[in-house]
This record gives sequence, structure tokens and C-alpha cells, in this order.
Amino acid sequence: MQVVDLAVTPKRELNGRLHALPADTGETAWRIDNPQGQHALVAGLNAPLHVEIAGHAGYYCAGMNQHATVVVRGNVGVGVAENMMSGRVHVKGDASQSAGATAHGGLLVIDGDASARCGISMKGVDIVVKGSIGPMSAFMAQSGALVVLGDAGDALGDSIYEARLYVRGQVKSLGADCIEKEMREEHRAQLSALLDAAGADARPDEFRRYGSARRLYNFHVDHAGAY
Amino acid sequence: MCGIVGLYIKDPLLEPELGALLAGMLAVMSDRGPDSAGFAVYGSGGEGRIKLTLRGVDLAGVAAAIGDAQGTVRDTHLVLEIAASDEDRVRGWLALNRPDLVVIGAGKRIELYKEVGLPADVARRFDLAGMRGTHGIGHTRMATESAVTTDGAHPFSTGADQCLVHNGSLSNHRSLRRMLEPRGIRFATDNDSEVAAGYLSWKLREGATLAQALEAGLDDLDGFFTFVVGTENGFAVLRDPISCKPAVMAETDRYVAFGSEYRALVGLPGIEKARVFEPEPARVYAWERN
Repeated sequence: MQVVDLAVTPKRELNGRLHALPADTGETAWRIDNPQGQHALVAGLNAPLHVEIAGHAGYYCAGMNQHATVVVRGNVGVGVAENMMSGRVHVKGDASQSAGATAHGGLLVIDGDASARCGISMKGVDIVVKGSIGPMSAFMAQSGALVVLGDAGDALGDSIYEARLYVRGQVKSLGADCIEKEMREEHRAQLSALLDAAGADARPDEFRRYGSARRLYNFHVDHAGAY
Repeated sequence: MCGIVGLYIKDPLLEPELGALLAGMLAVMSDRGPDSAGFAVYGSGGEGRIKLTLRGVDLAGVAAAIGDAQGTVRDTHLVLEIAASDEDRVRGWLALNRPDLVVIGAGKRIELYKEVGLPADVARRFDLAGMRGTHGIGHTRMATESAVTTDGAHPFSTGADQCLVHNGSLSNHRSLRRMLEPRGIRFATDNDSEVAAGYLSWKLREGATLAQALEAGLDDLDGFFTFVVGTENGFAVLRDPISCKPAVMAETDRYVAFGSEYRALVGLPGIEKARVFEPEPARVYAWERN
């Protein structure tokens, strides 16, 4: 295993070393010590690495991730796994705002809570939060799934497109054009697979599903007078 | 941007280290606010005594000229310790003889320092690292709503032993100022954050607790804000309802700490074991000692 101590090695040097690895690298196991809340840690990975961050990380941790598995043994700041394309990011603590923002693929697992705007504009990522999520989560979410074992804050799924939202606890309020939807067999199967993948201790029948009412998709001629 | 830090000590054994810890936190937040920096420290206070923090030049002979005053000069600031009953006379003397000096803080225990420059330099000029106290708050500023001047630097103090630092911007500060001035709240600058401080001073004067004053602010203050507020015995945090500006807190048996980013808290003792959490929007977090 490669061990990099960020109390000694500058972060840019670490990120540079990780970026230089070829896709078929044999140096796949990495541990990062003393992250000290630094920003943009292990952002832009593009190889099937397994990176463990031994502490709290700052903003945009593991952003733009492709192929890699990143485990954070602590909390993360704003925008963890922002624009992730593939791979897996697992936060053992809490996440700050905009977790998984605009992410296209992969799996983001947060063992604790995620604060405001979790999954904002998500475009295909799957996110499993074992705690609760803050207000305005899944704002303008386009595709993918957001699974929440705890509660959701105000305005969940405001202006949502086609993402699927599964919440086990209370939803404080739903945003514009977001409604509760029927949980069918395909949804139970998807949810079951995501709970398994995240190692979450919950049953699909404990959840409710929310999604788009599809009333904001197009200009409606009946509203022409309002313009 | 702007960076905020705050530290509220629970364990008296940590009080001698307050300044050194706060200085470290402030320096880390330079990236968020390189224009100017300031801090308030709540140190010792004598019964029947008050401290006035003055800013200006030619400070050496001021305490002696006033009489019955102890003065400590730190760079561009002078802390005058006087009998509380003597405050009106001293303020009168200053207005008459040294109108160039600005009183930026007053109270039983508060000392307040601010200057233009990099936060680490500002902390060094005032020897923050050598100060002890029960709690302190600091600010690193990236100016948006008013000029880069020492007047525009935080913290702002508009009442005895009260101070506030702010990350964000307020849009109704003009109308609030017009409401507060006839009620006797005085402002020294055009800064929006000073109006927030004045608003809280007004609420506290009307009998609200620190928590109640901040609760009321949620209705009356329009804009983006993360506030950290200090009073003689208290320390509080409030974020606007959409949590526009960042905030991280850490709590142990020995202290409660606030930072705009977790990086600011990294140097605190026992941080690895602290309960680290993000304060929720529109929720008042307050600590007060009796």
C-alpha cells in the first residue's frame, strides 16, 4: 500500500501522483494520512484505485471521480464527489452541502448526515445517505437515485426531472413539481440493490418514493397570458 | 467570501491558550479574507471597572493624561481600564482632547482589535497569541459591500461587551439603520454588518436573551449571513435559512469552536475526538455561562 502523509507531502504533489497513474497501474491501494480538511483531495482520479483518506476532508473531495473507490474516515466539506462519473465514494462521517452535485454516475454512500442541497442537479449518480439530508436536496435532479434512511429537509426535489427519490423518514416539505409516487416492483428492486450495495440496514417496504409530476417540463399555452 | 472563527472555552485550564489557538485559526482563514482581520477577546475584568478599546496614533501618553486610567498599547490600539463610574468623564475627555481616537469596543471584559492586512500579520501586530480569555471571535475579510478600511473590518461592537462577526451581506441594512437610529443605536460606519450588530444590541437592550435576539433576527434581517456573536458570558452562532455561507463546529469537554471551514479547527487540542458538525440553517446555537 502507498501511504502519503499530507503533514509532509503537499496536496498538489499527491493529486499529481495519482493523476499520473495509468489505467492498468499496479499501485492501486493508497492511504492518505493527516488530510486536515484540505480541499480538492484526490479530485480527478481516473484509474481503478482504492484510496482511503484517514480523517476529515475539505471541499470537493473526490470530485470528478472515474473508476476509483474513495473511502473517507471522517467528515467531508462542500461538494463531495461533485460531478463523479463512475466509481464509488464512501464517507464514514457527515457530508456538508451539495454532496454528489451534478454527478453522472457511480455510487456515493454517506454513513452520517448530508446537509443542504444533497444531489443538486444529479445526472445519473446513485446516492445513499444513511442519516438525514438537509433542505433543497435533489434540486433540479435529472436522473439517478437518492436514497435517504433518515429524514429530508424542506423543498425536497424542487423542479425535479427524472431522478428517483426514496425516503424512509419524514419529508419536511416537497419542492415545486415534486410529488409522492407509487412504489412499484421495479422501484423495490432498484432500492433493494442500492441498499445492498451501500451496506444499509433497511427494507425497501419502509420507504416512500418521490419524483417529478412533470408539470414544469414544457411551456403551457394556457399560461401564455402570464408572460 | 470572508472567514469566521470562534472559540469558547469550557475548561479553565485552556484559558491561557485562547489567544494562541485563535491566532492559529485566524491565519488559516487568510484564503477566505486577505484584506483585513479583526478579533475580540474576552479576558479578565475587575469589579466596577470597564475597558475601552481605542484605535489611533500617538497612544503612549493618553492614559496618563486622562488620569485614574491604566493603559495598554498594542500597535494601533490602546486598551484603557477605568472605573465604570468614570466612563462618561473619560469619553468626554477623549471627545474634547483626542477626537482623532475611535472607541471601537467597550465593556467589562471585551478587548477588540482590527486592522487592514493579512490575518497572520494583524494577529502578530497585536500579539493575539499572548492573550488569555474565556472566549474570542475573529474575522478575515474579503470586502464586498464597503471599502477595504479598518473601519470596515470586523468584529463590530455596538453595545457593552457585545460583538459580532458576519460572513455574508445584508440587503435591508439601510432601512434597519433608519429604524434603529431613532432608538438610540449609534453606528460608526456605513457597513451592513455593523447594522446587524446594532440590531442585536437593540434586542438585548429590550430584554431579549442572546438566543431570542438572534431568533428575532431571522425575521428582520434580509440577506445572507453566518453570524458569530459574543457577549460578556456568551457565544452564539446563527446561519440564514438557506445556509448560504459555510460553517463547521466542533465541541469537546474543553471547548466549543467555530470555523468557516474545518481547516481552521485542525490545530485545536483533541480535535480528532471532537464532535464535528455543521450548524443547521435558521437554528440558534448558543452557549452561556452563569
